[in-house]
Amino acid sequence: MPPRFTPDRRALLGGIATAAVLGTAARAQARPVRIGYSISKTGPNAGGANTTTLPNYQLWARTVNEAGGLRLPDGQRRPIELIEYDDRSQSEEAVRNVDRLINQDRADLVLPPWGTALNLAVGPVLNRAGYPHLAVTSVTDRIPELVQRWPNAFFFLGRSSAAAEALVSALQGLRQEHGLGSTVALVSVQDQFGIELMNAGRAALNRAGFRILMDRQYPLGSQDLSPIIAEAARANPEIFIAFSYPPDTLALTEQARIANFNPKVFYTAVGTAFPLFRQRFGNNAEGVTGIGGVDTQSPAIRDYIARHTQVIGRPPDGWASPVTYASLQVLEQAIAQVGVDRPALIRAIASGTFETVIGTVRLENNQRVRQWWVGQWQGGEFVAVGPPGVPGVQPIRFPKPAWGAA
Amino acid sequence: MRRRDPAVPIAVLVAALALAPLPLLLGPFWQSLLVNVLMYAALATAWALFSGPTRYVSLATAAFFGIGAYTTAFLGEALPLPLVYPAAALAGAVVAAVVGLSTLRLSGVYFVIFTFGLAELIRQLVTYAEARLGGTVGRFVFVDVTPRGIYWLLLAVCVLVFLVGWWIGRSRLGWALRAIGDDEIAARHCGVDTTRTKVAVFAISATLISLVGAIMAPRWTYIDPAIAFNPILSFQVLIMALLGGAGRLFGPLLGVVPLAVLFELLQANFPNAFSVLLGLVFLGVVYLLPRGVVGLIEQGRGALRLARRTHPRPAA
Repeated sequence: MPPRFTPDRRALLGGIATAAVLGTAARAQARPVRIGYSISKTGPNAGGANTTTLPNYQLWARTVNEAGGLRLPDGQRRPIELIEYDDRSQSEEAVRNVDRLINQDRADLVLPPWGTALNLAVGPVLNRAGYPHLAVTSVTDRIPELVQRWPNAFFFLGRSSAAAEALVSALQGLRQEHGLGSTVALVSVQDQFGIELMNAGRAALNRAGFRILMDRQYPLGSQDLSPIIAEAARANPEIFIAFSYPPDTLALTEQARIANFNPKVFYTAVGTAFPLFRQRFGNNAEGVTGIGGVDTQSPAIRDYIARHTQVIGRPPDGWASPVTYASLQVLEQAIAQVGVDRPALIRAIASGTFETVIGTVRLENNQRVRQWWVGQWQGGEFVAVGPPGVPGVQPIRFPKPAWGAA
Repeated sequence: MRRRDPAVPIAVLVAALALAPLPLLLGPFWQSLLVNVLMYAALATAWALFSGPTRYVSLATAAFFGIGAYTTAFLGEALPLPLVYPAAALAGAVVAAVVGLSTLRLSGVYFVIFTFGLAELIRQLVTYAEARLGGTVGRFVFVDVTPRGIYWLLLAVCVLVFLVGWWIGRSRLGWALRAIGDDEIAARHCGVDTTRTKVAVFAISATLISLVGAIMAPRWTYIDPAIAFNPILSFQVLIMALLGGAGRLFGPLLGVVPLAVLFELLQANFPNAFSVLLGLVFLGVVYLLPRGVVGLIEQGRGALRLARRTHPRPAA
């Protein structure tokens, strides 16, 4: 049997935060709630995990512990102790880490890993053990089927096709109100999420009467995307849509700037909302649209962004970060209602209404449906501009300004 | 060694019978660890069936593992499970035979690079085909196999691997393989059909590796080409087999067990320094055990024999 260290050693953050904050002896004696997670600290998923998921776990645990701990129904407070493992972006490691968290570490709760693949890998383990599964960064079109299988799983970011349909409805709005043309260049990365977006987007564009001049896919990890931008520039569309991943989002935007390719709407998907995008492109980020977006008018979001920036040292991304944090607030409020009782927590999360940084969250069939899908860089913030009709959506700035000097 | 050979299948079966009830006694965590040990035991031993005697270092483990995993993903919901596994084995065998026929004339570093490229090539082909024809990249594997079921299936494959290895070792095929490993040109001059021998054993090894992939896929619910054809798998199997000693049938097992336990210890206690510590351990292995654990044991035996000869035991 492996020799095991005291929990504090592994749960450095939770432990230290707890010890530092809980000055009063009486409070320090409350038994901590052990919350474990397996996250990709190394490997190809590390970028996403470290942007969207891990900082929010740390920020949340710290915020809760500074307030004295998780509030229970009887008014008592228990601090959070985090237990962390690295899954090295491998499904098998994630499965074993969660097995270890549940059976060896006796974690009271388990938080999800980053990404669709790893969330699905740990899904059966959490389901069998009866742990609530906040599958935030798991976005696929088969969510309704997953919910049937795993009633303990909750999906906060919706289905991929919803993202593409929301984009098209925002484009239709621009066409009616601002005279946007109908020509589109459509590209996507060959990955589950990219292709699901592409299929839904293509169908929605055709239904809405847009004309697709170019329809291309490129493999995940492509190094040189200049031919794609060159082809798009030759087609000279009014709208450029790339269902891309973070590295290619940066590469496509950079190539478009170099080639001075200036469509009236320039959309790149995952990664556009990352603070890194704005750091890299500065004022050139202005007017670029992408997946995600938040209601920057909301004081709760402003406060969240400020705390994230202060504690983690950088602002959160403008798509899944606040949603991840909101999912933790949902968990926190559910614990306040029913305590650390896992079957009761699952029922409470499924049926409750919760006030979070992204507004009121109420799940339907374990899914969050109404949400911000289209964001745009406006004045250095990634603002929600679609789909129309969702609270907090602001007007889109049209057309996107031409690229300036780098 | 050769004389005691019939003891091997009996020992394998007895060990399997002893291991079979473990999942009923152990909790999910230990079961999970054992699944890992069995998976690598089957993979490393199957790898060494071909690469051990011929000394052709293959990095194609991930390619065949992925083929097996994808077969389950494609057929898992359409066919009953008892048919899915033979289909996966068949897919692995066919690909290995085609690939083997066209490439086993390569040797040395060219073969290593080719096998590494093969995994990458198949990964890209699957991605391309899925994107074009499948409508998505990434498949759900909703096959109802419990972790216990996976454990027993892996145990069965391990038994199969060892029995096949034992049979090859005793057959003409085994002699031919060892002749190739010693000197391929000499073997050919002695009348050994080297290409056919190599292709046959390469295909057997690949078939078993594909079976393991097919069994493991349901454990992850979701596979995409990056998960199924993960090159790290090829390297881990190689390292485990080399640590144990690829020249003997039970050699790889001696590498798998300590390394799987070591991975678990590092992962549980030093999750943030895992890769660094692992690198140090590998350096240590290469420096201290260049011939693997098997080499160490044989060295120890040789020393004992020498000691006995120079200091004969006084008669009682």
